Amino acid sequence: MIDPGFVHGVLAVNPVPWARAQMAFTLACHIILVPLGVSWALMVLIANYRGLKRDDAAALELAQRWSKYMAVTFAVGAVSGTVLTFEFGLLWPRFMGRWGDAFGIPFAFEGVFFFMEAIFVSIYIFGWRRLKPWTHFWTGVPIVVAGVFGAASVVAANAWMNAPSGFTLDKSGTIVEVDPISVIFNDAMPLMAAHMLIAAYVVGGFLVASVYAFGMLRGRRDRHHRLGFIIAFSVAAVAIPLQMAVGDSLARWVYNNQPVKFAAIELVPTTKSDVPETLLGHLNEDGTVSGGIPIPGLASWLSDPSTGKKTVVQGLDTVPEDQRPTIREVNTVHLAWDVMVGLGTLLLLLALWYFASWIFRRDMPKSRWFLRIATCAGVLAILAMEAGWVVSEVGRQPWIVYEYMKVEDAATGNTGVWITFVAVVLLYIGVAVTTILVLRGMSRRFREGGAPDEDVPYGPRVSSAPTTEERDP
Amino acid sequence: MSTAAAVVLFIGVLAYAIFGGADFGAGFWDLVAGGTERGGRSRTVIDHSIGPVWEANHVWLIFTFVVLWTCFPEAYASITLTLFVPLTIAALGIVLRGSSFAFRKAVLRTSYRRNLGAIFAISSVLVPYCFGAVVGGIASGRVPAGGVAGDPWDSWVNPTSILGGSLAVVVAAYLASVYLIWDARRLSDDEMVAYFRRRAVVVAVIAGVMSIVGIFVFRADARYLFDGLTSRGLPFVLIAAVAGAGSLWALLRASPTGARILAMTAVASVVLAWGVAQWDYMLPETLTISQAAAPTGTIVAVLVAVGLAAVLVLPGFVMLYVLDQRGSLPEEGAG
Repeated sequence: MIDPGFVHGVLAVNPVPWARAQMAFTLACHIILVPLGVSWALMVLIANYRGLKRDDAAALELAQRWSKYMAVTFAVGAVSGTVLTFEFGLLWPRFMGRWGDAFGIPFAFEGVFFFMEAIFVSIYIFGWRRLKPWTHFWTGVPIVVAGVFGAASVVAANAWMNAPSGFTLDKSGTIVEVDPISVIFNDAMPLMAAHMLIAAYVVGGFLVASVYAFGMLRGRRDRHHRLGFIIAFSVAAVAIPLQMAVGDSLARWVYNNQPVKFAAIELVPTTKSDVPETLLGHLNEDGTVSGGIPIPGLASWLSDPSTGKKTVVQGLDTVPEDQRPTIREVNTVHLAWDVMVGLGTLLLLLALWYFASWIFRRDMPKSRWFLRIATCAGVLAILAMEAGWVVSEVGRQPWIVYEYMKVEDAATGNTGVWITFVAVVLLYIGVAVTTILVLRGMSRRFREGGAPDEDVPYGPRVSSAPTTEERDP
Repeated sequence: MSTAAAVVLFIGVLAYAIFGGADFGAGFWDLVAGGTERGGRSRTVIDHSIGPVWEANHVWLIFTFVVLWTCFPEAYASITLTLFVPLTIAALGIVLRGSSFAFRKAVLRTSYRRNLGAIFAISSVLVPYCFGAVVGGIASGRVPAGGVAGDPWDSWVNPTSILGGSLAVVVAAYLASVYLIWDARRLSDDEMVAYFRRRAVVVAVIAGVMSIVGIFVFRADARYLFDGLTSRGLPFVLIAAVAGAGSLWALLRASPTGARILAMTAVASVVLAWGVAQWDYMLPETLTISQAAAPTGTIVAVLVAVGLAAVLVLPGFVMLYVLDQRGSLPEEGAG
């Protein structure tokens, strides 16, 4: 018999870092699937519209294939979203126990939109064979709408953690009154939701386009690839300039409302004006900044162009040490910020190249270098989004509810969290590998011609007599 | 107000038990279907039955969680702190189940199908067991109030939980077998109709026996629940017993429609009996529903969301159902 004390000793590991790691890991995975769920439906509908309007068989075929891929990624996203639902309670019970009555509200609405999305994804896939073409097209529209509102609801909850509002506390700190409207439409919500939604179109567009860019590089320059690339890339190319503008406004919002996060972003140890924008580099324990390329005055200037270089940026030292991110966290935030802005700028330039080519040559760029960069653009867009999410989340540390509750006070006391962390990582690796294999297998079968509906998790039932007949448009 | 929230919460639990339960049960039959050759035919019926809307049913679980943490945050904290282990197993099981099922349909090679199918089937049994055990832990008063952790093991490894978990597995299998008879009939596969009917009868008897054993277990281990079941919950217990017996009779009389309706009634009554017996406690004998409830503003918001769901989601649901029924009529051929 194993000594229970020994078992306890082995299993008793501080749960806080593991809970953070598990939440970060599962969210980092989920956030890759979200953009596809939100934006792919729009791309499908663009292809579908084109197919119907111009009687374009290739576009219709593209829409049909995409809708089936979309169903797979949506299904995996739904499962990973279910895990997050569990994790809120399993990892952060004290947070949910104390703030659930406010924080939970946006999720009630998100549930509605998620339900709607799931149902209309099914209807749309069913409808390929069973509905009139235009009726079928319109059944796709609710997927787009539900995706937008669903994502906005979830971001509203996250924004609430940055700008908690809409509740009244009694003396013991318990919520006694809730105003749901100001919980959902909290101060941070409009800009954060816009930033995430546009990110979904940027990431989804570049990601889908990158697959076709790769195909074109390998010589598959047929109409199918061309159309797939143009639709997806155009969505992303339109979204990326908007994203830079919204991101700029959001950064100014952070400057005004979360000065400590802003100080971490810009590596500002003490309050001052004429703050340089330091590219890369890091903050040392003694408060000095080393490495990196400083651009004099730019951070101040960007924070408030009306006062220019004279704009004062609040330093990290304006709050006690236990109420601001650690030096390591500050450096993480700063690096993530540089990655996000750097990659965003790169993608913007790529989009400008694309637009210029359309304006001057009436066609997409033919250069192999363009296709090479476009092939990488999907992964780069994901990295930019993940980095942006790191800025938002790590920059908020040590708070889980900004200035109300710290992460360490929110976590579970269960000492076995490290085990669930390991299990979750292994499980997700397995699921990720299988998802990619399944999507590639589908793509191969699509290329070989014909792909029955039963491949798709939301596909219709198979009839009793197996058939290879395709009754598609 | 708190009562309305509790009713909404319970609707979620009920819907998940009936719809999700049948999905899990189908996994159970997949597990015991036998080898690749022998089980091939029954697995085909199973795939048909849960294929189209498999993920939609988890929405009920998410719905239940969201209502629970929003309207009853303190109770939610207590439950997740205490029942960490079974809930974690359930979460991992759901991921494995959902993805392996989806992938099984998408891969072609038999060996992959077999491995993914095994994962799907095992997790389909594990998840309802864990949920049943969680319900047992709550109903027997092992989850303390105040957002604190109770015993991490005894809370789900105890007589009521073991009974609850096993009963959940058996009831899920029963529901599924009754649905599968229906599906096999739609596929005009008479042999499979008989196959699932035999199994439905067996699990119906097992479920009945377990329920009788349960009465004694509850009397010894979950006194408040027992008292509730034998007083205000009694009508539902009786309905469950009558409907259960009726569905068994309908199965023997080869009337699948009757069996299906009566089976659903029986399961719904069992779940309702639990809810009524536990009333008006959220966590029996430590936290009442009104004590646990969130402020009015929160509950109103959740009720609005539920109303919105009814308006937005129901038409879609009806449309999907119509399409599904229309498309899978055998005479339509390759639908």
